[in-house]
Amino acid sequence: MSEQSNTTRVVITGIGWKTPLGDRIDDVWERLLAGDSGVGPITRFEAGTFSTNFAAESEVPDLSKFFRDPSKHVDALINSCFTLAAAARAWENAGLGDPKTQDVSVEGPASLDRSRLGIYLGSGEGPPDFDNFATINLRSWDAEARAMDMTRWAHEAYERMTAAREIEQEPNQPMSHLAEAFGAEGPCYNCLTACAASTQAIGEASEVIKRGDADIMMAGGSHTMLHPLGITGFIRLTALSSHKENPRGACRPFSIDRDGFVMGEGAGILILESLEHAQRRGATPLAEIVGFGSSADAFRITDIQPDGEGAQASMGQALEQAGIDPLSKDANGRPPVHYVSAHGTGTSENDSIETRGLRAVFKDNAPSIPVSSIKSMMGHLIAAAGAVEAITCVQAIRTGKAPPTINLNSPDPECDLDYIANESRDLNDAGGVEVALSNSFGFGGQNNTLILKRFSA
Amino acid sequence: MDVPLLGEWNRASPLRYTWPAMSRRVVISGLGAVTGFGMGASALWEGLLAGETSLRRIEGFDASSFPCGLAAEAPDFSARKLVPKSYRKAVKVMARDIELAVGAAHDLVEDAGLITKASESDEAPTFEPSRVGCHIGAGLINCEIAEVTMALATARRDDGLFDPSAWGDGAIDNLPPLWLLKYLPNMLACHVTILHDARGPSNTITCAEASGLLSVGESMRVVQRGHADMCFSGGAESKINPVGIVRMSLVDRLANTNGSDDGLAYVRPFDAEATGSLMGEGAGLVCIEELESARKRGARIYAEVTGFGAGQSPRSGDAQRRSGGYANAINAALRQAGVSPSDIDAIVPHASGIPEMDESESCALRAVFGDHLAETPMVTLTPAIGETMAGSGALALCAGALCAHHQTLPARLHTGNPPEDLQVGATTQRDARLRNILVCTNALGGQNAALVLSPV
Repeated sequence: MSEQSNTTRVVITGIGWKTPLGDRIDDVWERLLAGDSGVGPITRFEAGTFSTNFAAESEVPDLSKFFRDPSKHVDALINSCFTLAAAARAWENAGLGDPKTQDVSVEGPASLDRSRLGIYLGSGEGPPDFDNFATINLRSWDAEARAMDMTRWAHEAYERMTAAREIEQEPNQPMSHLAEAFGAEGPCYNCLTACAASTQAIGEASEVIKRGDADIMMAGGSHTMLHPLGITGFIRLTALSSHKENPRGACRPFSIDRDGFVMGEGAGILILESLEHAQRRGATPLAEIVGFGSSADAFRITDIQPDGEGAQASMGQALEQAGIDPLSKDANGRPPVHYVSAHGTGTSENDSIETRGLRAVFKDNAPSIPVSSIKSMMGHLIAAAGAVEAITCVQAIRTGKAPPTINLNSPDPECDLDYIANESRDLNDAGGVEVALSNSFGFGGQNNTLILKRFSA
Repeated sequence: MDVPLLGEWNRASPLRYTWPAMSRRVVISGLGAVTGFGMGASALWEGLLAGETSLRRIEGFDASSFPCGLAAEAPDFSARKLVPKSYRKAVKVMARDIELAVGAAHDLVEDAGLITKASESDEAPTFEPSRVGCHIGAGLINCEIAEVTMALATARRDDGLFDPSAWGDGAIDNLPPLWLLKYLPNMLACHVTILHDARGPSNTITCAEASGLLSVGESMRVVQRGHADMCFSGGAESKINPVGIVRMSLVDRLANTNGSDDGLAYVRPFDAEATGSLMGEGAGLVCIEELESARKRGARIYAEVTGFGAGQSPRSGDAQRRSGGYANAINAALRQAGVSPSDIDAIVPHASGIPEMDESESCALRAVFGDHLAETPMVTLTPAIGETMAGSGALALCAGALCAHHQTLPARLHTGNPPEDLQVGATTQRDARLRNILVCTNALGGQNAALVLSPV
């Protein structure tokens, strides 16, 4: 114990999200607990003939409702707008100021040293200008030669492409917009480890604070792949659900009739802070980050190891850092983890392998740990998924309630854990949610796990 | 209620976070590169020593109608020749950026004297897979336009315009099933981890030109906190494709070369009159290893990484304002290394050759180094290998490590007029006493990173 006392503790003091179910913390939480779905027909572009023509769209935010002066962000693409909106909510939630009335790039608490304010996002690239891209390419296609006419292409491209629309697609742009809006001059990173990105970002952000390089980190991520090339790419990989007849019932994690994930979009931002800094400014910790694990499958780019060894390694590392023995019981006789936010994509491969991974780590404890996938309700936010799922864990800790996995009507014998099927669970009588674990696994085999704990001084 | 703590059963584990972070020292024990000089960190070093440039006419695609027709492409490079036979099929789903990273990893494994799964050797791998991490920075990877257009053309209306309903209804089947995987930035690390069976922590930093150095910083922390003993670390990118070149010239980063063949006439770091830079293909990786681990296996140790810092600059404002976060990053690295500016014997800066970026870099260096700056020699890579984006920081680090190892400053190329207080003008190679070396970069997007190399 004496060893631990000299380790910097990292707490979460603010949360904000922009999701297919809305952007107010409590409203979204209520809809999640009610088992509501954010899935519907794709309206962003003409998708009627795709084998998957539905998704969980997020409303594109009007930044003037979030910032006093949004003029710095006129070029921001949708993914950057999601990021800015979620960050504005998180900043306010953390009691750092009100972006609607203040210029938060310079105004803030007296204790805030901008060179010690950093950002770590797991944000995806911005959506391409597909219509323009298609036009440029088709006009320069030499059908007879089955090749591009590069003279024509160069002419069309320089005529039609614009600097801002192109460069804003770079994956570091959402973070760059955040830094500008909030005056961050400390360590700033963006990582893009596919579907694991924002879990990794939150974990690494906590490490930045632990090693003393920052007092506050804005961490999380954003993404939208709701554009023709994004949907095309995933349809070609046969990763998307094609339950066209029932979009709200399409994403069926852990159910035997699952046939893929449903695309979502949005952002989640958490304010991470050293406990010492949070206490100095009188902030209320919402939860503590006690464990982070990261691993690589090193298996195949298209498949996961059959027993989820990579997932096991990532969970094991996080548990070890948290000082939690997965085989132990807590004071109430429960397993030492009280809620698991699963990666739970609803693809055939992921859900059974994740189940095997959880069983291998928690062994006899596994069946009595409540596990759920909010992707059943808000779709898969890809790089941003881990951030909204970490916020879900914070909310589970705060409220003692766990959201359900909806559309789980035909349990898969290979998925034999407690997935909180269809109805949310009030765990307060059993002792609430003291410890929550969140898993994210990326295409290509990068795995990340976070463990959050109810804060106690 | 108390969550049970680890207690006795795991007290000896090096994974416990409570290990004092700085007690594990981190060194560079291997280098890997693919650049305009071809395959290998040694080819890069020889090119730099000789004062050659690899800037040439673009051959990878027909760039004759583009305002910028020069770049540094890796000649005759293909990952296909480097991977085990069983993995050759996978090269088909590698964008050029991924191939470059795979090439640099191959070079690194050889240079570091490692046996990995890809070595196809009878000997056991040097490391237990879970103790090897991988941090390879990347950029936004551009798709091959001919490949996608061949499919788009099957959804073309009679008037030549795109027909979205035909696209969704079958035309998309003309794209290869794994098309998307070819262009995901994390695939650089994923292919490298699969090839070499590295199962430790893995991350993909995407912060433009700062990606490489920020990745090295992440590897360093992962090793310090005990989650790995060794990491593949660096970055790779190629913007030398039609979309990449258009994008870079739209944001005023590329010189208009007007049919010229003389790349050196354009890439003039810190010359306020320069009209832009030129792109280079590049992958740079270093083997980040815990000191005792490197000593135990008798590895060649190039240098110790004694300090690392990161900081952010605003998107807007003048060079002075934009240099603040950069100076923060350099100061943090120096502080951590326990050295002052006068202890730095050489600087390997970004030296992008884009006046706006160079100006904020020189502002930051002046703010940190003051009068010492004029006395501190610099190593500039862009005139030799072009602007290699996510590959640039790690390639700068490779160059810095080679300078330290050989106690030599390579030649410098410059055809313009740099400021007098910056040692970036043309010069030949020379021996030098080099103890502490600063490697630093800024980036489009505002990220900055700095790192200090010192003798062990």
